[in-house]
Amino acid sequence: MQQLMQIKSNNELISGIFEMVFAGDLAKEVKEPGTFLAIKVGHGFSPYLRRPISICKVNGNEITIIYRVQGSGTKILSEKKSGEMIDVLGPLGHGFNVDAAKGKKALLIGGGIGTPPLYELSRRLQNTAESVTHILGFADASQIFYKEEYESLGKTIITTENGSAGIKGYVTDALKEVGEYDVIYSCGPTPMLKALCAAMPDKELYISIEERMACAIGACYGCVCHTQDGGYKRVCKDGPVFRAGEVML
Amino acid sequence: MSNRLAVSLPGLNLKNPVMPASGCFGFGREFAEYYDLSLLGAIMIKATTPKARFGNETPRIAETPCGMLNAIGLQNPGLESVIANELPWLAKYDVPIIANVAGNEMEDYVLVAKEISKVENVKALEINISCPNVKHGGMAFGTQCVSAAELTARVKEVSKVPIYIKLSPNVTDVTEIAYACEKAGADGLTLINTLLGMSIDIKTGKPVLANRTGGLSGPAIKPVAVRMVYDVCKAVKIPVIGMGGISCAEDVIEFMYAGASAVAVGAANLVDVYACKNIIEELPKLMDELKIENIKDIVGRSRQ
Repeated sequence: MQQLMQIKSNNELISGIFEMVFAGDLAKEVKEPGTFLAIKVGHGFSPYLRRPISICKVNGNEITIIYRVQGSGTKILSEKKSGEMIDVLGPLGHGFNVDAAKGKKALLIGGGIGTPPLYELSRRLQNTAESVTHILGFADASQIFYKEEYESLGKTIITTENGSAGIKGYVTDALKEVGEYDVIYSCGPTPMLKALCAAMPDKELYISIEERMACAIGACYGCVCHTQDGGYKRVCKDGPVFRAGEVML
Repeated sequence: MSNRLAVSLPGLNLKNPVMPASGCFGFGREFAEYYDLSLLGAIMIKATTPKARFGNETPRIAETPCGMLNAIGLQNPGLESVIANELPWLAKYDVPIIANVAGNEMEDYVLVAKEISKVENVKALEINISCPNVKHGGMAFGTQCVSAAELTARVKEVSKVPIYIKLSPNVTDVTEIAYACEKAGADGLTLINTLLGMSIDIKTGKPVLANRTGGLSGPAIKPVAVRMVYDVCKAVKIPVIGMGGISCAEDVIEFMYAGASAVAVGAANLVDVYACKNIIEELPKLMDELKIENIKDIVGRSRQ
């Protein structure tokens, strides 16, 4: 659905990364973690397109998103005040298969600004999975956000590229620390997803991928990717979550 | 009471002059999740080629000031699948379909036009000789009078329904091409397709689109489109379906004053899923304000 939702808060978590909470009936439509919203950040024609942003948390009629200011659109979003309304379309796409981890050991792996959708996933897995472990990768200690939030939901391992916090290196360097796991859910930059696919070829691995989008509902074919069998998938409509190996990265 | 929004064009008796433009609406399935497609004047479905096409690599989309560039590259499931799956699905709606026909070679156009025009709910064809995002065919046919006329004549010969030639703005004089198509037997024209453009990422120094160039659409191109519709309507007698950056009811009125007998809404659908529905609902109110009784009465009035 498309709805004007009221902003409840919009705070900078760390430099350049914001957490926004907004409220409306649309929140009740969110069935799956990993689905996303397409937000019209301003009025008029500039910026022109909606911004696809993942859902971090759903609580009653409130949705939390976490976004990085990286262009004119997210800059406008960061300047919004509580009480203002924003035009939200969603929930869109297919998210994470929560049932896949029923009674099993789930491992959630996120990189940087790709970590937010894993938070709602972890919350939903609390009652169904045998255990939930998180590996969260960041560039350095100053880039870490939501650490305590994840720690309250399960074992959480942090990696940083320069070693300023947690394990030095990438999320793949932390795999040996987590023990056994059955189902892996991941979201982050494409090189990270590629590394995960290569590191665990035999595992049940779900990946959430990113592509430039226009309509975000599957009509314009702007965000397609190739599949292994020679076909294609639309990231916005058929994804953004896919089983590893289903689409080519 | 007669329908104030009704318009008539060859093959098309429309309940209102507003239709989604080809390529911005798929085959309607995604939008049907949001509103009843029967309220549309018509639907211009995604370009259909003889065989399935993947199109260009990604990125295919680049946002630009008041608009966007796209380089999809005519991705579609192919003629057979469109006839077997998409058109029958659309038949449950009370809305005429305008099938957009594309290809690499002239024979591709002839084949698709011949077969797709036999389908019951296809009331007209839009011959796409203006796609800027394919290496062969597309715009190559639409930027020269001789090839545009030849293709028009060949397609007209085989089509069971009226044909509308979709013109490219990427030409020196669009009225020459328009006139050539009219002489060759076109029943109508649609314009404009997107303007060829490019956007460069200053961090990488490379074009944003994998195809390097793409077609510019959105409100940024509206004045260009209005001017071309105006000029073309002056140069030919056949009706024109105008398009290019239409986002609101005011834009519809503007294009019809310029000479368009109906209009298509393109990129606006990608920003607001309800764009066409909202425009159709706003039209009567705007007509009241402007003291327009029937919308068909204002077609081309700006030239009088």
